[in-house]
Amino acid sequence: MDTRTLSLLSRRSLLAGAAATLGVIAVPKGAFALDVGSARTLIDNAVGDVNGIINSGQSEGAMLGGFEKLFARYSDVPTIARSALGPAARSASKAELSAFTKAFQGYIARKYGRRFREFIGGKIEVTDARPIKSYYEVISVAYLKGESPFDVRWHVSDKSGKNLFFNIIIEGVNMLASERAEIGAMLDRRQGSIAGLIEDLKKV
Amino acid sequence: MVTNFPLMAAVTLGLLALTACGPAPAPAGINDPNEAANREVHEANKALDRALVGPASDAYGTTIPVPLRQGVQNFADNLDVPGDVANGILQGRPGPVLENTARFLINTTVGIGGIFDPAKAMGLPGKSTDFGETLHVWGFAEGAYGELPFIGPSTSRDTVGRVVDVVLNPLRLALPVREGNIATVASVASRLGDRFKFGNTVDSILYDSADSYTQTRLLYLQNRRFELGQATGGTTGEDDFLDPYEDN
Repeated sequence: MDTRTLSLLSRRSLLAGAAATLGVIAVPKGAFALDVGSARTLIDNAVGDVNGIINSGQSEGAMLGGFEKLFARYSDVPTIARSALGPAARSASKAELSAFTKAFQGYIARKYGRRFREFIGGKIEVTDARPIKSYYEVISVAYLKGESPFDVRWHVSDKSGKNLFFNIIIEGVNMLASERAEIGAMLDRRQGSIAGLIEDLKKV
Repeated sequence: MVTNFPLMAAVTLGLLALTACGPAPAPAGINDPNEAANREVHEANKALDRALVGPASDAYGTTIPVPLRQGVQNFADNLDVPGDVANGILQGRPGPVLENTARFLINTTVGIGGIFDPAKAMGLPGKSTDFGETLHVWGFAEGAYGELPFIGPSTSRDTVGRVVDVVLNPLRLALPVREGNIATVASVASRLGDRFKFGNTVDSILYDSADSYTQTRLLYLQNRRFELGQATGGTTGEDDFLDPYEDN
């Protein structure tokens, strides 16, 4: 056996050892492991709530409040917020980040709540779920009055320790990418001041 | 009509000169080398929407009752179906070609010239397509993003597609001038109807966002890639999706 083969083998066993270690670490996570079924159940419940809100006949204010609760309950708001803030999240203080997350939750609920509010009289139906890379994609179809049905996808992960969605994709347009661009532009407008950004978010 | 043939021939020859096999690979990221110029066009389009298109669509939407607006929209949509059929043939997709042909025949006759849409109720919703998609199927890449005056967001490939679609639509070639003008008016009215119907969403992107140019560009590219990916039954550009658990 020459040294090249030997080093190759040892590298392999090293990798195998690393994989085993990761496997051990992964075990406790198995307690709330995510699979296609539980990802689908989460979105079934979220969609049920959305349908309930859009057909409740409530005032706009009440509906937007309902959507904020829905976001807080079914989505990983801190992760979405951190991702939307982008590189600025790394240099932000803990206090800034938590104040931003809170403002962002209200902003996102109002913004997407208004979009969902246009679904009044319609309904969303979950049709499929499948694994993608390290998370799951739950596929649903929105049926609106007088419109062709359109595609709404939900990306679900358990990396926060709970099954939560972290992205919504409507006809290919994804919330995380849009919000990253939008929050980035808002931050630029405030010359990078997170406090200023938070002020602006509250007004949207 | 005859004057279109040299253009058609030139386009066909130009396309044949480029070898292309299979659909273009899914693009990722944003290719916008003319951003500064595009931003100027965007501001001009926004000003036009604020001054003219927005108010006109409000007037159209509030004075014309829903059934009439729906009729105008159906009529305008129906006029585009022969173009969908032609593109379906060029894309080699017999299923959509048959569905769109049946749809056009039913709606033009039973649907009284396309004012009503009985084909949809019969389970033939149709599949709209365009020459931009045909180019995609033939393997042409997306090209650079650009915003066109009056029209809005596009890519190099889609801009060529738009030009060819105007020339390619069999109805535009067949209709006499007068009827052709009716078709154009219907298509403008239908677009005003869309602007009214999706008014809140359009407003929120154009006027409420901190950088409406970037939002429009993102929306157009993501949605267009999704449409093309779906239409070919391929992936939906999953690589574009961010994994927020990995980027921090």
